[in-house]
Amino acid sequence: MIAYLIRRLLYALPILIGVNVLTFALFFLVNTPDDMARLHLGVKRVTADAVAKWKTERGYDKPLFVNAGATGLGKVTETIFFDKSLAMFAFRFGASDDGRDIAHEIKTRMWPSLAIALPTFAIGLMVDISVALILIFFRRSYVEWSGVVLLVALMSVSGLFYIIGGQFLFAKVWQLAPISGYQPGFNAARFVWLPILIGVVGGVGAGARWYRTLFLEEAGKDYVRTARAKGLSEAAVLFRHILKNGMVPILTGAVAVFPLLFMGSLILESFFGIPGLGSYTIDAIGSQDFAIVRAIVFLGAALYIVGLILTDISYTLVDPRVRLS
Amino acid sequence: MRPVLLWTDGLIWLLVAGLIAFVWLVRRHEHLRAPWRKLASDPVAMAAAVVLLFFTAIAVSDSIHFRLALPAGAGGGTHYSPEVRSVLDVLSGPLAKQQEKSYSAPFACRLFTRETVTLADGRQVRIYPRLRYGGAHLDDPERQRTGDIMVRVGYGLAGGALAWLALWLGLRPWFGRAASGPTIRNTLLVLCLFSGFLVALGPYYHVLGTDKVGQDVLYATLKSVRTGVLIGALTTLVTLPLSIGLGVSAGYFGGRVDDAVQYLYTTLNAIPGVLLIAAAVLIMQTQLESHPGWFETGTERADLRLLFLCLILGMTSWTGLARLLRGETLKVRELDYVMAARAFGVSDIRILLRHILPNVQHIVLISVAMDFSGLVLAEAVLSYVGVGVDPTMPSFGNMINGARLELAREPAVWWQLASAFAFMFALVLAANLFADSVQDAMDPRSRRRA
Repeated sequence: MIAYLIRRLLYALPILIGVNVLTFALFFLVNTPDDMARLHLGVKRVTADAVAKWKTERGYDKPLFVNAGATGLGKVTETIFFDKSLAMFAFRFGASDDGRDIAHEIKTRMWPSLAIALPTFAIGLMVDISVALILIFFRRSYVEWSGVVLLVALMSVSGLFYIIGGQFLFAKVWQLAPISGYQPGFNAARFVWLPILIGVVGGVGAGARWYRTLFLEEAGKDYVRTARAKGLSEAAVLFRHILKNGMVPILTGAVAVFPLLFMGSLILESFFGIPGLGSYTIDAIGSQDFAIVRAIVFLGAALYIVGLILTDISYTLVDPRVRLS
Repeated sequence: MRPVLLWTDGLIWLLVAGLIAFVWLVRRHEHLRAPWRKLASDPVAMAAAVVLLFFTAIAVSDSIHFRLALPAGAGGGTHYSPEVRSVLDVLSGPLAKQQEKSYSAPFACRLFTRETVTLADGRQVRIYPRLRYGGAHLDDPERQRTGDIMVRVGYGLAGGALAWLALWLGLRPWFGRAASGPTIRNTLLVLCLFSGFLVALGPYYHVLGTDKVGQDVLYATLKSVRTGVLIGALTTLVTLPLSIGLGVSAGYFGGRVDDAVQYLYTTLNAIPGVLLIAAAVLIMQTQLESHPGWFETGTERADLRLLFLCLILGMTSWTGLARLLRGETLKVRELDYVMAARAFGVSDIRILLRHILPNVQHIVLISVAMDFSGLVLAEAVLSYVGVGVDPTMPSFGNMINGARLELAREPAVWWQLASAFAFMFALVLAANLFADSVQDAMDPRSRRRA
């Protein structure tokens, strides 16, 4: 098991390096630091001095790969590639364009993101599974047919409309929740329940439909027929056999996305003014702060890989047929 | 008049040509026809297909562009207007030109906001001024409007019914006896009545109101359809060669090739999709901004940006299809007929083209159909984040973005959001239903289950 984990981690390393090189290529080779400086200072009428000053302030004035001016190890370390790209492996993200420490920002903004993402994920999972089970229980009836149509309709609505509509109804017309904002601690509940509700409702269409197909696949298997043939009630078949086996792909799928919850939700957070990582990212994109975008890309990739490894482990835990080797 | 061929126009026509070629190919082979015949007898699929065709017709008619010649100046020679127009602009007639001052509600005859107006005797009053075009033919809008609208709706519905009758008489020889015939007929009727209603009322009222700068919302919505359809259709098209090539060769050749392809898509998958798109779009934006000389008109610039957006979206989404194709190819290459072909000394390329590709093509079709709706929805979110299509380009995302803050007004300006919602919902719902049916008809696994 431990040997397998170590191998998995070693296998993850080339992927992280790939992500790192790719983002470096995107941000420094295609788009040179000069381009960045000009973008921030205004495209036209910008002096070479201003560009050079902007670059020096942010540490973009070094050579890309090899620093011929430095001595010894400095030839490699005194470069943009080492400073801005390799440093990420030590989770040193540097400072954003307005001079704040990105790692610190990420640490403080993680909690509001989790306050929304975790409940949305947990409640959403339960609601989706329950809806899917109800549809399976009433299969080949009008309940199932209309339920599936409703789910397809729900997933055909853009997520933006759930947010805009929910905010309009609950916050503006009925005044049940503040339109936006956030407070830490227990006061947060007042602010987060509406985003959570919207997140769950917005996800139920795609989620429940996907789980329904998973359960349907199980329901068509031989052991289910056997269970029915020996006289088990439909409810017993559903809960003791179909649910249990159908949970394997659902749980492992959930584990895969679990680490990514740290990243928060981009549009939910920005609409409700939650100071989380999602709105941080959106603001960074809006103000074209490449340093933050780079850091978040790296973080997201690292969390994705953690998710992959967790999925493998969870398979062995819930499915005895799978062994790590 | 000078025709203008935008990049996306060329690609959309290429797509249409490809579809025609595909239909011709399928018609010649019985085993390829079978799943399509199943699809054609599915009422839900056919209703969705009719709606999708309706949207496609709007998009295609908006993809023939030209620039009008300006009146010859003193220097002689012909100059062309910087404004690029399309066939849809011509068809929608006065809609494009009937620009009001600012917001007005659907069917309104007066502006949404009060303005200070100087009367003939010099007094200044604050009133809701009459619209320049909406209901301008009425003398006393407060009393005449309801009756006038009723009469026009009547004309519109009657015209729509007549058009439907003509259309259905033409189509009946083909679809009249199919199992899905009645559904096609009814869907066509609804669409014809709806179009008749719009055609009869559009020139006299702003059926869906006007937006902040006074542009007709119905016109903006119709223009947005092209952007949505293009993003949904072109994105998968431009990356099909990549996903098919890499996916199939990874599965067929195995070994090093497989390792390389797997590494490539795991790495790309590891980067959160929105962020990769955002990063790529930010970079494209800087490149476009630093080369203003590349484009003759603003439309060309917006168009190139749309094409790049499709490419970028495709780069992040080809991985899913490639993985599916790799898995299926792994299975197919072990089958007896592939083995037999190899024993006869058939070359790899020929085996891939004649034996593998036809047997995995259903996966490509299902995946293209499934991705379409997701991409239309993604456009709206990306435009909100600020990395979507050009802000000057009419699109659902830009419409929502421009109107979302106006709900906070008192009374709320709801019509822009409502029309974007309704059109998007119809398009995405039709695409989702159609994709479901395509999967049912094509996927051998679901056939066994049924």
